[in-house]
Amino acid sequence: MDLLLISVLPFLGALAVSLAARWTRTAQAIIAGGFTLAAVLLLVSKAPAVLGGQVIGSRLEWIPALGLNVEYFLDPLGLMFAGLILGIGLLIIIYATFYLSAADCSARFLAFLMLFMGAMLGIVISDNILLLLVFWEMTSLSSFLLIGFWRHLPEGRQGARMALAVTGGGGLALIAGMLVLGNIAGSYQLTEILIAREAIQTSPLYPVALVLILIGCFTKSAQFPFHFWLPQAMAAPTPVSAYLHSATMVKAGVFLLARLWPVLAGTDLWFYLVATTGLVTMLLGAAIALFKDDLKALLAYSTISHLGLLTMLFGFGTPMAAVVGVFHILNHATFKAALFMNAGIVDHEVGTRDARRLGGLVHLMPIAATLGTIAGLSMAGLPPFNGFLSKEMMLEEATHTVWGGLEWLVPVIATVAALLSAAYSFRYVAHVYFGPRRDDYPKAPHDPGIGLWGPPAVLVVLVVLIGLFPAATAGPLVQEVSGVVIGAEPPYFALKMWHGFTPALIMSIVAVLGGALLLWRHGSAERIWRALPLPVAKNMFDRFTALLVTTSRTITDAIDTGSLQRSLFVFFLVAIGLGIEGMSAGEYAAGARDTIPASSIDVIAWLALVGGTVAVMVSQQHRFLTLVYISVVGLVVSLGFIHLSAPDLALTQISVEVVTILLLLLALNLLPKRAWPTSSRTRRIRDAVLAVIGGGGVGWLSWAVMTRQPNDPISAFHWAQAKPGGGGTNVVNVTLVDFRGFDTFGEIIVLGIAALGIFALLETAARGASGRRLLAWKPDLIRSPERHPMMLVVGSRLILPMAIVVGLYLFLRGHNLPGGGFIAGLVFSIAMLIQYMASGFEWAEKRRRIERHALITLGILTAAATGLGSLVFGEPFLTSAFGYFHLPLIGEFELATALLFDIGVALTVIGAVMLALSQLSNVAQRAEKIEHVEHPMDIDPSRTTETNL
Amino acid sequence: MIAIAISAGFVMISVAILLNAVRLFLGPTRGDRILALDTMVINAIALIVLIGIHERTTFYFEAALLMAMVGFVGTVAYAKFLLRGDIVE
Repeated sequence: MDLLLISVLPFLGALAVSLAARWTRTAQAIIAGGFTLAAVLLLVSKAPAVLGGQVIGSRLEWIPALGLNVEYFLDPLGLMFAGLILGIGLLIIIYATFYLSAADCSARFLAFLMLFMGAMLGIVISDNILLLLVFWEMTSLSSFLLIGFWRHLPEGRQGARMALAVTGGGGLALIAGMLVLGNIAGSYQLTEILIAREAIQTSPLYPVALVLILIGCFTKSAQFPFHFWLPQAMAAPTPVSAYLHSATMVKAGVFLLARLWPVLAGTDLWFYLVATTGLVTMLLGAAIALFKDDLKALLAYSTISHLGLLTMLFGFGTPMAAVVGVFHILNHATFKAALFMNAGIVDHEVGTRDARRLGGLVHLMPIAATLGTIAGLSMAGLPPFNGFLSKEMMLEEATHTVWGGLEWLVPVIATVAALLSAAYSFRYVAHVYFGPRRDDYPKAPHDPGIGLWGPPAVLVVLVVLIGLFPAATAGPLVQEVSGVVIGAEPPYFALKMWHGFTPALIMSIVAVLGGALLLWRHGSAERIWRALPLPVAKNMFDRFTALLVTTSRTITDAIDTGSLQRSLFVFFLVAIGLGIEGMSAGEYAAGARDTIPASSIDVIAWLALVGGTVAVMVSQQHRFLTLVYISVVGLVVSLGFIHLSAPDLALTQISVEVVTILLLLLALNLLPKRAWPTSSRTRRIRDAVLAVIGGGGVGWLSWAVMTRQPNDPISAFHWAQAKPGGGGTNVVNVTLVDFRGFDTFGEIIVLGIAALGIFALLETAARGASGRRLLAWKPDLIRSPERHPMMLVVGSRLILPMAIVVGLYLFLRGHNLPGGGFIAGLVFSIAMLIQYMASGFEWAEKRRRIERHALITLGILTAAATGLGSLVFGEPFLTSAFGYFHLPLIGEFELATALLFDIGVALTVIGAVMLALSQLSNVAQRAEKIEHVEHPMDIDPSRTTETNL
Repeated sequence: MIAIAISAGFVMISVAILLNAVRLFLGPTRGDRILALDTMVINAIALIVLIGIHERTTFYFEAALLMAMVGFVGTVAYAKFLLRGDIVE
């Protein structure tokens, strides 16, 4: 259970921070940090057991039918990554609190960061690959939010979009690959898959699974040719870069390589795909990094290069290389996070991070200079820092590797990459902190407060400690983690500074001296580099996306011309075609059931209905008349429901009719009152033919169905079970709130969303181009001077209490007799709508106490709480309970939990109706610009006497 | 006796609804149509009550009550629309 707790703590933290959005920045940081620290402490408490060889697991069934369960396990590999994610995350939270400016919303930032942290944590401790995929996608989404955090910056938005497109696209490949892998292994549980090496590598699907999984890993870990998103993502605030690009996001791909190493590695295919990609990426990244002037871009390409190094090491497929890979993951995370934070400090204090405009800062910012130099030299691979150790071990492994029969290839490329790496690291240190002091810094540089230099200092201490005492500090962890990666006892290795005069040492010396030399001649090297015709990956990506957009737009435009008439024509054509097909295959003749005789009043109602329908069609250009005629149709339908014994439906129809007409009239105010025909005459004839066929077909279908005796109707069950099962005698209501309660629950959510949709659409309609049109709008009707007639005001005040009593009555009896929450909600809404209509929006709005959005939320939450309440008693969601009670005076009455659910329904209905009304009315207010009035009615006798006497 | 009264009632209401419909569709002014619709709602209320008496049930009376209470809201809204354009101003 502890693992479950660890995994949810970041998400809880995200929630808590969002709720504390109005608190101070320090309070938010303490909340976020507190949750992270709790997770760190829990993790640390597990560390001894895990490092002692115990694997901790925890399991919760989610969708067992799909093989998707919440299964976590903590082994040394997961422990190391979880430690990096949470530990560096904690440092980043502190750093970000001091880094972000007052204009940045820190609650939003921290919430995104915690979300991302939770997603990353999920990846590294998932024992179920489907769950892992869920978290994998979650990292893509939350990193999108983080990279685009400064949404006012176009680079931020573009960078975020590109990162999402590349890593999200790779994620899709990964999903496919993982499914194939799970299929081969016969389980989606990682611990099961990890022991199925034989089955996986001999399977004919192995290459497919491997390539798909590698695409996922390579996109995430920014490997060539998918590396281009990472530099673009540098538009993010520096704390994000420090977090995403050192220890977390980009390491997810490497993590997966390490995680699946036991089952996927060791084949030629693996070696050539992974090692080659890593090798190319390492070289390319290092070369580009050397010629980047922006410090963050330099670090970004250096990250790409180091990720290439890691990928290459895991690609070698030998146990020793895996050990080195594990060690370098640790080292890279420490010095790279420190360097990113250091670059952020420079940017923050000097006002630029362009290497050409920096230099000589060592005397001005001694603390930052010390930290940056140590981390930079570690990245260069100089002793006595940790970067030296793992780089030397990497070079050692490179000398043992033969690529395609060429013994010299890998060692030479590795040495060149190491040389370039030393050169850009030296450049970072030399061009920022050393050299002559300048007098044209954008700001007066000075060391930042401890909030900014403290977090990188912690990491730099680690850099030095691991460098000086590798065997004592990192040794045990590397030993255990490599054991997991390899899936067996790791080979003997010694983490130490001095290995004797090995080839690796010579390569290392060459790299460092060459790097220094290259930096000395940086100017000439840059001229040569600029002259090289190198393709720019970002442009290629942009062209590719542009091509995708044009292609899909061409297809979309061919299908959908934007003409509603045409879409409807196609839609009805297809529907009629399917209907004809269905009817010709089955029975279409009328059934033999006896029909009910029609009385004269039925015939007259029917005539009114037909007359109303025809009138709607004839007058369809006069929109107001259409609305009047539609009312006739609604009225006859209500009468029909009563006549055919469906009083619930009748009550609903009557009240819905009123609300609909009100909302339509509100909308019509701003619309043209006449609709001129837009299609040609032949078109209209064609549409008429289609309409007659469609309408006739549906009519015939209804006739054929209604003249048949249904065999075994479902209503029989409902009739029989309503009272014993649901405790009510109104079958309709019991079905709504009990038997089909889950449907109703979904429907009120839909209603709430629809209302919010209206709100959002009309809110934006008031701005931009449509907002300007609204301002230019002129009333097209002659207006009576009387705005709020006294008669109407007095009448509406009388109606209010009566309507509320009727609403309560309908609500309370709903379970047993016609009525219920939906109808009651509508009646309450109408009672309030009348007040708005009589005395105007302004006046009524002042007397409203509860926010309409809150009503919707409250309604849905009430319904949800009722449903969840049954879980407490061990029953399924939305199981209802009821009982009969006796009170003196009132007599026997029933109480059911379904009543609570119905309250939720009623509240949602009221909120949704009132929100739609107020939003429509708001738009009209904006367009009309009429003066506000304080009084509820135009002529008020009490007011006149006061002034006249 | 009551049977005859109910039958007579049905006939009268039927004729009334028919006449409402005629006025509604013929107009000529929009005010005529709105009034016709309002009267039609009133006749519908009467019809519902009459059906209840005829079938000896009070089951439909809530529908009549609701229609009586909210039926005029639509009429008011139509009229307000004609007078002011904006029904909630």
